[in-house]
Amino acid sequence: MSIFHDLTAKPWATAPGTVENLYDRATARKLALKVFLAVVTVLFMLLIIAYGRRMAYEDWRPSPQLGLLWANTLALILGSVALQWAQFSVRRGHMDGMRVALLAGGAFTVVFLVGQILAWRQLSTMGYFDVTNPAIAFFYLITGLHGLHLLGGLVAWGRTFSKVWGDFDVAIIRHSVELCTLYWHYLLGVWLVLFGLLFSGNNLDILLKLCGIR
Amino acid sequence: MSYVAHDESAFAPPAEVEEVELYHPKTWVGKYVWSQDAKVIAVQYAMTAMGIGLVALVLSWLMRLQLGYPNSFSFINPSNYLQFVTMHGMIMVIYLLTALFLGGFGNYLIPLMVGARDMVFPYVNMVSYWVYLFAVLLLVASFFVTGGPTGAGWTLYPPQAISQGTPGSSWGIILMLVSLAFFIVGFTMGGLNYVVTVLQARTRGMTMMRLPLTVWGIFMATVLALLAFPALFVSAIMMTLDLTLGTSFFMPAIVSMGQQGGHSGGNPLLFQHLFWFFGHPEVYIVALPAFGIVSDLLSVHARKNIFGYRMMVWAILAIGALSFIVWAHHMYVSGMNPYFGFFFATTTLIIAVPTAIKVYNWVLTLWRGNIHLTVPMLFAIGFIFTFINGGLTGLFLGNATVSVPLSDTMFVVAHFHMVMAIAPILVVFGAIYHWYPKITGRMLNDTLGKFHFWVTFVGSYGIYYPMHYLGMMGVPRRYYAIGGTDFIPASAHFVNEWITIAALIVGAVQMVFLYNLIWSYFNGKPSGSNPWNATTLEWQTPDTPPKHGNFGATLPVVYRWAYDYSVPGAVDDFIPQNVPPREVTGRNSSKT
Repeated sequence: MSIFHDLTAKPWATAPGTVENLYDRATARKLALKVFLAVVTVLFMLLIIAYGRRMAYEDWRPSPQLGLLWANTLALILGSVALQWAQFSVRRGHMDGMRVALLAGGAFTVVFLVGQILAWRQLSTMGYFDVTNPAIAFFYLITGLHGLHLLGGLVAWGRTFSKVWGDFDVAIIRHSVELCTLYWHYLLGVWLVLFGLLFSGNNLDILLKLCGIR
Repeated sequence: MSYVAHDESAFAPPAEVEEVELYHPKTWVGKYVWSQDAKVIAVQYAMTAMGIGLVALVLSWLMRLQLGYPNSFSFINPSNYLQFVTMHGMIMVIYLLTALFLGGFGNYLIPLMVGARDMVFPYVNMVSYWVYLFAVLLLVASFFVTGGPTGAGWTLYPPQAISQGTPGSSWGIILMLVSLAFFIVGFTMGGLNYVVTVLQARTRGMTMMRLPLTVWGIFMATVLALLAFPALFVSAIMMTLDLTLGTSFFMPAIVSMGQQGGHSGGNPLLFQHLFWFFGHPEVYIVALPAFGIVSDLLSVHARKNIFGYRMMVWAILAIGALSFIVWAHHMYVSGMNPYFGFFFATTTLIIAVPTAIKVYNWVLTLWRGNIHLTVPMLFAIGFIFTFINGGLTGLFLGNATVSVPLSDTMFVVAHFHMVMAIAPILVVFGAIYHWYPKITGRMLNDTLGKFHFWVTFVGSYGIYYPMHYLGMMGVPRRYYAIGGTDFIPASAHFVNEWITIAALIVGAVQMVFLYNLIWSYFNGKPSGSNPWNATTLEWQTPDTPPKHGNFGATLPVVYRWAYDYSVPGAVDDFIPQNVPPREVTGRNSSKT
């Protein structure tokens, strides 16, 4: 039933007894995750707008482009692919494949996070590092918040991974893996946007003009 | 007029559905301290919010003492006056009203009204409260640190908020920002629960359009809060970094006393945009639950179905959507492009349309209703008057050209206190008088309640009506003392004195309310399960107060909307939502 249909119902006159939206634990959890992702979307959207707004000023000095971020991005893509593989495996009942893929997903994510910390250190040792440069401050803030979200994801991943040994309820594990996969894909998407933004240097002139910022 | 379908086939047996997993505590501590029962969590939220609200009330007294009797009190100096202003504002808006409406009423009413056993994630719900309490304690701690709490004004604008010379610019502001961040984390946990419970845990037959407007108001306010609080979260983090690590997100280069400050290149306006992107929806985060609750109070106590239910729901949705595109009307004097000012003035006036629809519908609900002037009804009617008054002055401030000369005057203070302080708090009181019997099983004392209402209502007008005139005279807000300013006549000082006396009286009468809460808990008249003869599900529970799990062995099945009052042909003047059509007996059976 569409939202429009729902909202145009006449509750004072409709026939009673419609059965709908019965509680289902899995659906509730998935919905909660989607609502949470909407909140996270607003968070990063605001950061991106703030970044773009600051870029529009004449004294904007972009942060240096770190080659290491390319490798980190690759690690996160591999992590996301591994989790997709885990989801594929658990849906087909291939539990060994699921375990390996789940482990790989977590490992690639740890690699990504370690890589991000190395990138932070690399940036801080560069000659023109200046904490009052907004571009550099934004770099730390944006990557830090993204990393924290991944760390939170790793907690959920760890809870799932700890349950896939011995006897377990396949339906519950399948559901957990699906939620992890959705979260990882989402954070990969966010990272790709952030990566593009941080690597854009001073080349977003057209976009800023389109948005009316510059 | 409401007609009830009378069809035997319409009876629906309870569905065999998966139920929310409940944690059943075995100890007193598990039941009342680390509780996972939304009703207990609601009371915890409410008591904490009211406790910190009392602190804010005392702060307002101190402010008023200074304004009414300048320089008469040695313990009030310019610095702590600004600290009182700041803490009063932030506590009232965030830690009292937001927490009470969403954490308090949301937790108590959502599961009961939608026919659920509890929130869908009870553990997360419990953690939400404890994170909120931690945020409150952090805020309270700022009163005891070196320099005291921040005195930057509740909007916390940089560069002032973190510049030397502003009260609490070291530890005070840090504790405020960290406390806000924790509050938002805690709220997000609760908010996810409220949204998912409304969307996923409604009982059989409870369609979205059969939800009481209270639930619609809290639901939409929660959605707004989930989407608006990230702006405050981001700005709190960025300002904390500016202060602690020396970044320059918001801090421009400043030369003070010939000395170059450590920052450069920050943009203070960016903070204002982020703050108000949160700040304006915040008005509706407080207002929408009040709108919803007052709709139900009016309907129940006027024994009449709410006028224009669908329009009321659509108006809630429209207000929620529009509230995200009006924020810069708080920034008309920030030097914005005039076209932006025009845009935001236009959207601000457009949002008055759905709001006015709601006001008309409330009045039309009362029209020819069987109005019972109970204490909740008095507060509900008081809300309508107050909200209209506050809304009308909003038309002045929404127009850029009129707003500019009124900016930063007492007119603004009077406006927003009428519209988002007094109006919602009247609803809070009305709601407590209405639902207290369900929460405790006892009625609140009626005489004390009416005394509380009249003094609060009349006293509030004694405070804020004259304040508009002060504003129009040009009396500025946030000033410790206006001294001998030429354009302010001596009569303004008399008005200030009057306002202070009224504020002290209104504050004092809240103690009567607190006394009533405690006295009635032990001595109040037993209420029975449904003292107001209301239709919604919370009044149909087998136990009062409802036990853990709310509805006993089986969940209720819903057959009708929440507003079947005075239905022609029905024996009683109300038909609960869970009464099947075949049990509705009366003369006009074809139409009942």
